[in-house]
Amino acid sequence: MANTISRRAAYERTRKRKSIAVAAASSLVVVTAIVLLVPRMPRWDRVRASFFNGERFRDSFPRLLDAFILDVKIFLWATPSIVVLALLIAMARNSRSPALFPIRVFSIAFTDIMRGVPVILWIYLIGFGVPGLGLDRPWNNPLIWGSVALVLTYSSYVAEVFRAGIESVHESQRAAARSLGLSSWQTMRHVVLPQAIRRVIPPLMNDMVSLQKDVALVSLIGPIEILRQAGIDKAKFANFTPYVVAAVIFLSITIPLTRTTDWLIERERKRTTGTRVR
Amino acid sequence: MSKISLRSVTKSYGDHVVLSGINLDITQGSVVSLIGPSGSGKSTMLRCINLLEPIDDGEILLDGVDISAPGFDANPVRRRVGMVFQNFNLFPHKNVMSNIILSPTLTLGVPKEEAQQKALALLERFGLADKADSYPDQLSGGQQQRVAIVRALAIEPEVLLLDEITSSLDPELVGEVLDVVRELKTSGMTLILATHEMGFARESSDVVCVLDGGQLIEQGPPSQVLSNPTTERAQQFLDRIIRAGRL
Repeated sequence: MANTISRRAAYERTRKRKSIAVAAASSLVVVTAIVLLVPRMPRWDRVRASFFNGERFRDSFPRLLDAFILDVKIFLWATPSIVVLALLIAMARNSRSPALFPIRVFSIAFTDIMRGVPVILWIYLIGFGVPGLGLDRPWNNPLIWGSVALVLTYSSYVAEVFRAGIESVHESQRAAARSLGLSSWQTMRHVVLPQAIRRVIPPLMNDMVSLQKDVALVSLIGPIEILRQAGIDKAKFANFTPYVVAAVIFLSITIPLTRTTDWLIERERKRTTGTRVR
Repeated sequence: MSKISLRSVTKSYGDHVVLSGINLDITQGSVVSLIGPSGSGKSTMLRCINLLEPIDDGEILLDGVDISAPGFDANPVRRRVGMVFQNFNLFPHKNVMSNIILSPTLTLGVPKEEAQQKALALLERFGLADKADSYPDQLSGGQQQRVAIVRALAIEPEVLLLDEITSSLDPELVGEVLDVVRELKTSGMTLILATHEMGFARESSDVVCVLDGGQLIEQGPPSQVLSNPTTERAQQFLDRIIRAGRL
């Protein structure tokens, strides 16, 4: 009976068609409403001219894309630094050896302090404070210390993610490894960490998406990256379109990252929780 | 001299006494079954022998050496005394081969290729040669438990502790795991097993120990302990087993 389908499958198919139709109809209504209603707002003409100016858009785009390269550079060196530092902090917090007690206390204090203050404040404090010590070039560049501030704050968040991952590995895995004669470090390195890291990749990606945006905060202490360049363009032409351009450029990176994260979370969920109940 | 001796071993969790004055001598090459109700201290006793948990008082001797002395280095002991767990505890991120060679390559410094050859030989011996590249979650419970036994054997221990290794298996898979234990018995390895498989304990062990409330209330050859226990508590336990149709 190759061409017949089960009663269940037939039902699911009708239901799916029906929901697609409903979704399409409601989307159409919403989009039509926006397209028809927004232009009827009293100041729409002015908003369009100052935020969605096609000429300004074409003019700013290449310049902002250029400036965005600095954001990407900061992101690219900050990410591996954050991962390594966070992993060290998480392992220090998880250590059971009394000799490591000071390190454990230090890492707890570090995460508490770094997470307790807004990122922007750290960027000001470290970004202006450290170069103020009178370091020589290139070490007096606020750009470096601003991104160091980012690395430190994000490390404290990511360390908590790693710690949750390490603690999620069941004690019986440690027992098995220790019973095979592995030392506690070997157990951590070969048994606990590989499982922990695999589990926290989705929340880790989440933090990376935030970082990608927060890199722009470094602009507040001077470096001409995309947000600052957009501000310059805005001031020069008295037009807000450059901000929209910057938003579009950010989205072109963050949306794929976010989608990938969701996909990873969904995959992990399927792998660990079995069939979804209705 | 005994392979393993327990002398007045005592262990508590807070106010709860789990092992109370356990005395037991286990000769080289013997098979000892620990039976008794849940919570009687069987698993704790095995975990203490493996030094996964420290004892409060008493001594555990391995070849006459007190391995339970506070501060005694546990890792060399664990390479001589292997352990297999009720829930297998295979490493899910490693395939069967990597699970087996992890300890030999790390702790004994065996070159990887040599460790792999030995692992393959062991897998072959227990009918798992085709599973070397599989991951634990691709195997049945019985296969996983046999792999766990192979993993423990790969460090060539002198004693193997088996903690209710068939308790989380479907009934039809118990046999294949018990066959492995029978095979180990013939190879002359010293085995200590906590078990609820009374038939197996009767058939395979040299000594059966009954634990109850943390005390070793009865020990002797299976024919005597399982048929004519001398204490009333052991008799009650066995009566319950018989009523459940498990003896």
